[in-house]
Order: sequence, then C-alpha cells, then structure tokens
Amino acid sequence: MDFGNLIILIYIFVLAIFIGFELINKVPPTLHTPLMSGSNAISGITIIGAIISTGHGDIFLAKLFGFLAVIFATINVVGGYLVTDRMLKMFKKK
Amino acid sequence: MEMNLLNNLILIVYLVSSILFIFGIKMLSAVKTARKGNLLSAIGMFLAIIVTLLNKEIISYELILSGIIIGTFIGILMAIKVPMTGMPQMVGVLNGFGGIASTFVAISEFYKLQHHSELENTVVLITIALSIIIGTITFSGSFIAFGKLQGIVTGKVVKYKFQHQINLILLLALIILSILFVNNPTRNELITIVTLLSLILGILLTLPIGGADMPVAISLLNSYSGLAASATGFVINNYMLIIAGSLVGASGIILTNIMCKAMNRSLLNVAMGGLDNAGSTTSTTTTQNITIKSVDSDEAAMIFDAAQKVIIVPGYGMAVSQAQMAVRDLFLTLEKKGIDVKFAIHPVAGRMPGHMNVLLAEANIPYEKLYAMEDINDEFSNTDVVFVVGANDVVNPAARNNPQSPIYGMPILNVDYAKTVIVNKRSMNPGYAGIDNELFGYPNTLMYFGDAKEAITKLNNAIKEL
Repeated sequence: MDFGNLIILIYIFVLAIFIGFELINKVPPTLHTPLMSGSNAISGITIIGAIISTGHGDIFLAKLFGFLAVIFATINVVGGYLVTDRMLKMFKKK
Repeated sequence: MEMNLLNNLILIVYLVSSILFIFGIKMLSAVKTARKGNLLSAIGMFLAIIVTLLNKEIISYELILSGIIIGTFIGILMAIKVPMTGMPQMVGVLNGFGGIASTFVAISEFYKLQHHSELENTVVLITIALSIIIGTITFSGSFIAFGKLQGIVTGKVVKYKFQHQINLILLLALIILSILFVNNPTRNELITIVTLLSLILGILLTLPIGGADMPVAISLLNSYSGLAASATGFVINNYMLIIAGSLVGASGIILTNIMCKAMNRSLLNVAMGGLDNAGSTTSTTTTQNITIKSVDSDEAAMIFDAAQKVIIVPGYGMAVSQAQMAVRDLFLTLEKKGIDVKFAIHPVAGRMPGHMNVLLAEANIPYEKLYAMEDINDEFSNTDVVFVVGANDVVNPAARNNPQSPIYGMPILNVDYAKTVIVNKRSMNPGYAGIDNELFGYPNTLMYFGDAKEAITKLNNAIKEL
C-alpha cells in the first residue's frame, strides 16, 4: 500500500465518520435499542473481508481464521438484522 | 480488461450498499420508516456479500458457503429465541462476534502475507496490529458485559489497587509490542502476545464498570465493533468495510454520549469504572431510618379510581417479573374509566437505551403513550397518581437534592412532585446502582409491595370491581 492509496482510505474514513455523526443525531429514544442492534448488524460488514480471506489460496492458517471469521460475522449480520426487525415489528400505533 | 470490469462492478455495488446503509440508518430514526430502513440496510448487506463472492481472488467456495450456512443457522436461532428482556445481552454477544471476526480477518491476512513473503509494507502491518487490538478488546469487553447483564459476572463496580496504572501499562505494552511486530513481522509470537494482551485489556476495561452503567458500556462497545470493521478495511484495502464500519463507529459514540448526558456522567468517568462513591457499606444503614407507608390492592385501587391523570413509570423490575402484560391490562382498565394515562420513560430505564420502549411495545402499549423524560417532567406537578413499577434510581430525588449521593446530578423523573406516588416494589432492597431511595419515605409516597406481575393483576381486578 503506497501513501496515495492510504490517503484515499483516510479520506473515506473521515468523511464516513462525519456522515455517521450527522445521521444519528436525531433519533428518538424509542428507537435507540433497534438502532443499536441495527447498526450492530452493519458492523458485521467484516463478513466481506472474511469471505475474501477464506477464499484465496491454500494457506491453511489463513483459511482457518477466515472460515471462523465468516461464521462469526454471519451470526452478527443475520442475528442483528432479524432481531432488529423483530423489535420494529412490535412498534404499532393504537 | 475483463478483470477490471468485474472489479469496477464490485466497487459500484459497494457504493450502492453504502448508500443503502446511510438511508437505512436515516430511516431507522423515525418509527414510521424504521422497519423499512432496516430492510434497506439488510439489502445493502446482501448485495455487498453477493458481489464480494465474484472477487477474482476467491478460488474456492466450499469453506465460505459452509461458514455462511453455519452462521446463518446460529444467527436465526439466536434472533428467534432471545426474549425481549435479553436484548442487551444479545447486542453484547453480537458486538463480540463482530469484534472477533475483525481480529480473525486481520490474522488471516497476516498469514497470507507471510506465506507470500510480503510482510515489508509498514502501513499494512500497522493496520493489522490495530485491527487485532480493537477487534479483540471489543470481543472480550463485550463478553464481560454479557456476563454482567446475565448475572454470571458481578454487576457491582469492581475496584482494585493500581487499576488505572495496570491498564495504562497494558496499553503501553501493546503499543511497544505492536511497534516490535511491525519491525519484526516474521516473529509470529509477537502477534499472539498482542492478541492475548488485548483480550486481557478488554476484560480489565469492562470489569470495573457497574451494572447501572452497562447501557453506556454496551453502547461504547457497539461503537468499537464498527471501528474494528473499519480497521480491517484498512488491512485489506476495502472501501466498503471502512465506510460501513465508520458509520457504526460514529453512531455508537453519539448514542454513548446521549446516555452519558442522561446520567450526568462523563464518558471518561464511566470508562474508568463507574460510580465512585457507590459503596455497599452505606446502603443498608439509611434504609432503616425511612418511615414508609404501605397500601394493599384495595386501598391503591381507590386512589386510582379517584384520579383523573395517571403517569406510569416502568423500570427494569417490571420486566424481571414479566409484568408488561399486567401493566397493559391496568392501562386499558384505567383508560376505560376515562382516566388519562401516560408512560414516562427515563432515558436509561431498562438495561440499554430505548430498552423499555421495546418491552412496552412487545406488550402492545401504543408508542405515542410513551413520553421521554424531558417531554413529561413538567407534567408530574399536575398529576394525581404516579405509579412506579420496578423503577428505582431514575426516580430518586437524591439525584436532585443530596450532593453526597453518588447519583447526584443525574437527571431524574420528578415523580415526587405528583399528588400521590404509589411505588410497586418487591422489597426495600436498593436499586441496581445500590443506592437508597429517599422517595420511599416521602409523605406523598405509598409503597405497594409484591411481585410486580401478581400485585398489578390484583390491583387491576380491584379497580375493575369498584
């Protein structure tokens, strides 16, 4: 990774952080728990890294850790989205 | 050229996913659109996963697919089985899994680079160390939080000698070892030690935090899990991971801040080990000095029957006794009598932000009846009856008028301003924070003892009979 590449990643990181701050500023307390579990599901995005790590080459340790990462990240994604939906389903008007 | 096309397609879909995540989170901020927002975000995730499978570096799919199948099965099972009261634990566990996944991806990448003798890039090595540290701290911290919420690990504030110094030394050791690792990447034991030390640091950072502060800890760990994903994005040079991880990292920090404000605490104070003066020694002595008046169900029923305006203040004790449905029945009975009933929700009622709203929603209580603290606090003074169910610290007037109290300064629901306060409680035990509540001795306070579910059902029947 050269400096030019790194600087692009830092740009993306910093700008995304600012978007995150702005997005979440205005959430009513009622939705804090679903928001937490819903955004937690998004942090399961590591699954993408896990998939790439598991799929490449034939290095045993790299594949092993990649495989474990796929399992844990999938639990995070699937469990997170489903449980958030389960909660949100319950919010009804009279 | 064909390879490049594929690569560009992947990047474009990642951009679409990022936009879906942003819209998803945005829509999660209004009750009307929340469910659709979550769906959009899930679609974004699905697209990102599918398109990643097209990555040219992937040559075998067996392990990937079996990992996804196993994870999906466990994820579905967890999401279906978990009771709404266990939601904080669930979020804690999922946080932990996200964290450890980031650690494992970084370790996997390390072994890959080592195999190809490509370990000379300093930036990549730094990000590997960083990703492992954040991911592992998130993992062990989340599981301690889970243990505390589940009652496996003590919920008390844990204090020991040189606590902060030990953490500081661990942190310095981590930094030094990481520098050593970056300079000697072929020494595998360095990365193992970094992982182990991070594991210990995560435990030591979370262990001192008291049960009352768990909402903040969970919120903070949620933020860490996002940052861990982001760090992993730097390791494998992936925009998607960086963007999604940063969104979650930022959201977690904002939520944590909201929690801290609600409790009038600084983030640093919570992170350093919770309420400083909440000693267990002082808690029992003052209780005996409070003279309390208690009522039975018939007396309480008559007070409710005479009221025009009632505010119900639910706390976690209600959920522990599974009394949500009983509360709902009481709510319906009172409404039928033409009494105006509202629910007052303290920002930290329950075990995580917004937890109480979820529990009441599960019991089919319409959400427009739930009022946030700042919206209802002025109404207590013209309310006839306030009914406190299983809440304690969040209605403790000591937070307003006793500078000696460990919770002094925490914004509370001003229930004591109401004409009559009826407190349903199992016993006179202090609340989650281990602090006495002088409210119970106030002249306008009546104690209605008993298990919440049983007591409220009895009260409800008594009101119906009037």
